[in-house]
Amino acid sequence: MKKINKSTKNNLITYGIVVIAYVIVMLLNVTGHISSLMEGLLVPLCIYVILAVSLNLVVGILGELSIGHAGFMCVGAFSGAFFSMCMKEAMPAMARFLLALVIGAVCAAACGMLIGVPVLRLKGDYLAIVTLAFGEIIKNLMNVLYIGKDSRGFHVSTKDMIALGLEPGGKTIINGPQGITGTPHDASFTIGIILVLLTLFIILNLVHSRDGRAIMAIRDNRIAAESIGINVMKYKMMAFTISASIAGVAGVLYAHNLSTLTALPKNFGYNMSIMILVYVVLGGIGNIRGSVIAAVVLTLLPEMLRGLSDYRMLIYAIVLIGLMLFNWSPKAIALREKYSLRRILGKTGTKNVSENRTEE
Amino acid sequence: MKKQLSMVVAAAMVAAALAGCGSSASDAGTENADTVTENADAGTAEDAGESADAGSGGTFKIGGIGPVTGAAAVYGQAVKNAAQLAVDEINAAGGINGAMIEFNFQDDEHDAEKAVNAYNTLKDWNMQMLLGTVTSTPCTAVVEKTHEDNLFQLTPSGSAVESIQYDNAFRVCFSDPNQGTASAQYIGENKLATKVAIIYNSSDVYSSGIYQTFAAEAGNQGIEIVSAEAFTADSNTDFSVQLQKAKDSGAELVFLPIYYTEASIILGQADKMGYAPIFFGCDGLDGILAVEDFDTALAEGVMLLTPFAADAEDELTQNFVKAYQENFGDIPNQFAADAYDGIYAMKAAIEKAGVTPDMSASDICDALKVSMTEITIDGLTGAGMTWNADGEPNKEPKAVKITDGAYAAM
Repeated sequence: MKKINKSTKNNLITYGIVVIAYVIVMLLNVTGHISSLMEGLLVPLCIYVILAVSLNLVVGILGELSIGHAGFMCVGAFSGAFFSMCMKEAMPAMARFLLALVIGAVCAAACGMLIGVPVLRLKGDYLAIVTLAFGEIIKNLMNVLYIGKDSRGFHVSTKDMIALGLEPGGKTIINGPQGITGTPHDASFTIGIILVLLTLFIILNLVHSRDGRAIMAIRDNRIAAESIGINVMKYKMMAFTISASIAGVAGVLYAHNLSTLTALPKNFGYNMSIMILVYVVLGGIGNIRGSVIAAVVLTLLPEMLRGLSDYRMLIYAIVLIGLMLFNWSPKAIALREKYSLRRILGKTGTKNVSENRTEE
Repeated sequence: MKKQLSMVVAAAMVAAALAGCGSSASDAGTENADTVTENADAGTAEDAGESADAGSGGTFKIGGIGPVTGAAAVYGQAVKNAAQLAVDEINAAGGINGAMIEFNFQDDEHDAEKAVNAYNTLKDWNMQMLLGTVTSTPCTAVVEKTHEDNLFQLTPSGSAVESIQYDNAFRVCFSDPNQGTASAQYIGENKLATKVAIIYNSSDVYSSGIYQTFAAEAGNQGIEIVSAEAFTADSNTDFSVQLQKAKDSGAELVFLPIYYTEASIILGQADKMGYAPIFFGCDGLDGILAVEDFDTALAEGVMLLTPFAADAEDELTQNFVKAYQENFGDIPNQFAADAYDGIYAMKAAIEKAGVTPDMSASDICDALKVSMTEITIDGLTGAGMTWNADGEPNKEPKAVKITDGAYAAM
């Protein structure tokens, strides 16, 4: 064990948590101890974990505030679902879904690159505002897009379904605000977990690579990074595009978990982007394992509170505020350090330093 | 970096808190009313317990799903209240063949993902039949699940075609295509107008669904659509552009397949610009007279196609409106009426099929999907309602005209 360095060990703990969670859930599932509610939540949990981890790359590692993450998810969801609808009869389910994942990732990455070129020249608040606008534009675009298919090929319109001029027997695939209906239910918990592990693998390896160190150097001091010859734009684009493409994968998973896909403010609007940002902030900016845990806890919380009926959303908001204070207020941090488990057990608290990079 | 973040998150929380305030202010009345009914419920539950002991026993577990928080909360709340009202009435009258009904309503926030969560929660509660979901998009997601589990589903108001695409699902309301076609036919047959302008909400499934079928049928009825202008949920406060276009194109009738909140603004703005065509709407316009600070004189002459009018003269409607007002403090809308009819339709189907509470949800579904097509209901939303095997109801749409601040049948 001594040979393994600290960061590898930390990474292994993160993978271990995910794998153990998977094994426990599968055991419970086989023995029939899992409720329908939990069973239904498993895939959404994977989706939110992937989203939180991918956003952490931009917010925590690159240090830029992006609040348009739901837009990339939306691009991935619609492109993946569109592909699946076209190939519904032509391909076996597994191959089709894998291809859909790839297509979703590629489309989202292309959008990330496209939006990244102008956006990444901005800094701070300006960048945040532009990403916010991008997310809303994507959502609204999806709401006016009509695509149909008949024997003469594809028809595209931004007016209404009638303007498509489909032959009798033609099929509308994307129906404006009604979105895509009838996407095959291909997502499963196992695929979700594999994608979570893959996401963690990509991001953790990136962070601990030469490129990752360059990205963090830009975050910590842009001028110093430029002065030693780091291509700032290149590394910024790299982080932004990878983050976008992983969000696209989460979108494909989302689209194939429900039979209906619509671009509503609720699921692809800025509310969702903020929600993902909350996962990242509460889990600790730059702390990948924290994002995983925060996403799981905060997705489960409102469902676990269903017993409180009308007060559910109120309690949820209060818990969010409480958690935020506990995590980030200076007094709470001091208190936590004073009474930390490690201190009580008499160990030194150096182990965690490498993770809480943003404390500076 | 940290400062920006905390600013953004704080702003988001303030926004959420404000949004919460907005809805809670309007809900305050109903919440008070809720506590009242809960007491009343406790009373009936006790009574029910006694009579259940005396009778054959057992309880049917009916689940409900709809938005009771968020932007569409009005509709979910109405369905929840009215369904509870119907359940209490049935239980007080001795239940279904002696078996009591238990009703559990779960929030879906008008979101497909949350609706599936709500459905799974109800499944854990051992639901046997589902009254829901209230809105179309979540309904399309949930029907997939009920089909997998073979569970009987009756949606009071999910009007999209796909919402009941399987044989285990039925609905009480009209489908979107049905309404669009019926509106075009009504306008054509009664020669109300030949030049029609449409203002619709392109970000809403209900509205754009009706618009599409209306436009498809308009040609057959000799109606010329002179302008079709859309708005979205993000731009639903100013309609002067759309109205000006309708006016310039010489439309005699403006078709409004939208909900009443936007329609009340449109009527106000049309009045200001001195434009007075015939306004014609669908069931979404129901409730326009109850909008706060809305001058009902503006709605004079508005026609709408609706299955339910709260001030209809028949005894059934009047009793329902009276009971609803006593319990919840406001006038029931069409969603409430659909839910009330839905519970009674389930009761009739259960009685017809002779289903008992000890049967599994799947067996109940198999029995009910046959008996559902054999029953005839005289409900709030139509007399002599019957259902096809594809789940669509057969009932006559009623056109009403607003005269002297009240609905009048035409």
